[in-house]
Amino acid sequence: MISLTSDIRTPYHAWPAGPKLLGLSGFTLAIFYMDGVALSAAVVAAVCAAYLPGGLRFTRQGARLMRPVFWFVAVIMIWHLAVGRTTEGAVVVLRLIAAIAAANLVTLTTRLEDMLDVIQRGLARLGVSQRTRRKLALSVALVIRFTPVLTQKGGLLVQAWRARTVKRPGWRLVLPFALLAVDDAEHTAEALKARGGLH
Amino acid sequence: MERNLTLIALFAALIAALGLVPKFTLMSGVPISAQSLGIMLCGTVLGAKRGGLAVLLFLGLVALGLPLLAGGRGGIGVFSGVTMGYLIGFPVAAFVTGALAQMWRDRGGFVFPAVAALIGGVVVLNVLGIVGMAIKLDKTLAEAALLATPFIPGDILKCVLAGLITQGLLKARPGLAQA
Repeated sequence: MISLTSDIRTPYHAWPAGPKLLGLSGFTLAIFYMDGVALSAAVVAAVCAAYLPGGLRFTRQGARLMRPVFWFVAVIMIWHLAVGRTTEGAVVVLRLIAAIAAANLVTLTTRLEDMLDVIQRGLARLGVSQRTRRKLALSVALVIRFTPVLTQKGGLLVQAWRARTVKRPGWRLVLPFALLAVDDAEHTAEALKARGGLH
Repeated sequence: MERNLTLIALFAALIAALGLVPKFTLMSGVPISAQSLGIMLCGTVLGAKRGGLAVLLFLGLVALGLPLLAGGRGGIGVFSGVTMGYLIGFPVAAFVTGALAQMWRDRGGFVFPAVAALIGGVVVLNVLGIVGMAIKLDKTLAEAALLATPFIPGDILKCVLAGLITQGLLKARPGLAQA
């Protein structure tokens, strides 16, 4: 399972995950109160500039991650233009771009293990028992392991469908697909139990 | 206990895997994204608690930076976007769907799980999603609701599918509903 963490090393990779996440929360909260097109544009420019120490290839990677946001931004802008509230629309759009680009920067430069560590430490500080924390860690590992496995099994189902009919595979495949997931869950539970189970 | 944990994890993986399925379009031209169908199924099949936890686990992994949302999206950034209300609403929707589906489990058939999915996965989810959009876009609730309306017919069809699939699953694996 590939995470979104960038393999291009940047200075931010060395920063500890906890403060990075805290900083991001503060930033996201602050820009929500940001007003005025000039200020909003300056903040967006600053966030974009923050990608540059990672190099051009890294910046391009960040821009690619923003692609799905752009059509939504376009819809919002067209709507505001249509009702004649251009300034308001520009602020909303810039605020969104700044928040998402900043969050993506944290995602791109923080390893999954470090994120998980922050969560484990946070939960420990909140007094969550070690048993619960271990269960959480195991569930995370199971999802990461089984997502590609299920995707592959789904692919086999589609092939089996195509071998039998020229019709396009549709919702009918969801039932056998869910059955595969349920059976895998049962087998994995048996295997866990056979190895001493969860304590 | 092991079974509950693996079912929660596997349904979280199922939501992720369904996100990779290309959108299929019904004859009416309404596009159906399989991922939200996965959210409904978590509730109708696993019930309130396990279904809600499966969706929370899925969202947790998305926040950690795994590209599990439809279209390969992920990272904390998606929680800052316009659809933030929908993402927060996912576990709530699965929980409400599950609570209703559990309550009506004895009645069998596909209608009751479909109605549970309609109330939890469409009504509750859209209320939270629309509130989220209104906050993010500085709009009134009515204006935000306008943006959500094109998806409602597809959502209703998804409820029927969720009902049919749940009925089939529970018939094939009757022990599934027991925690």
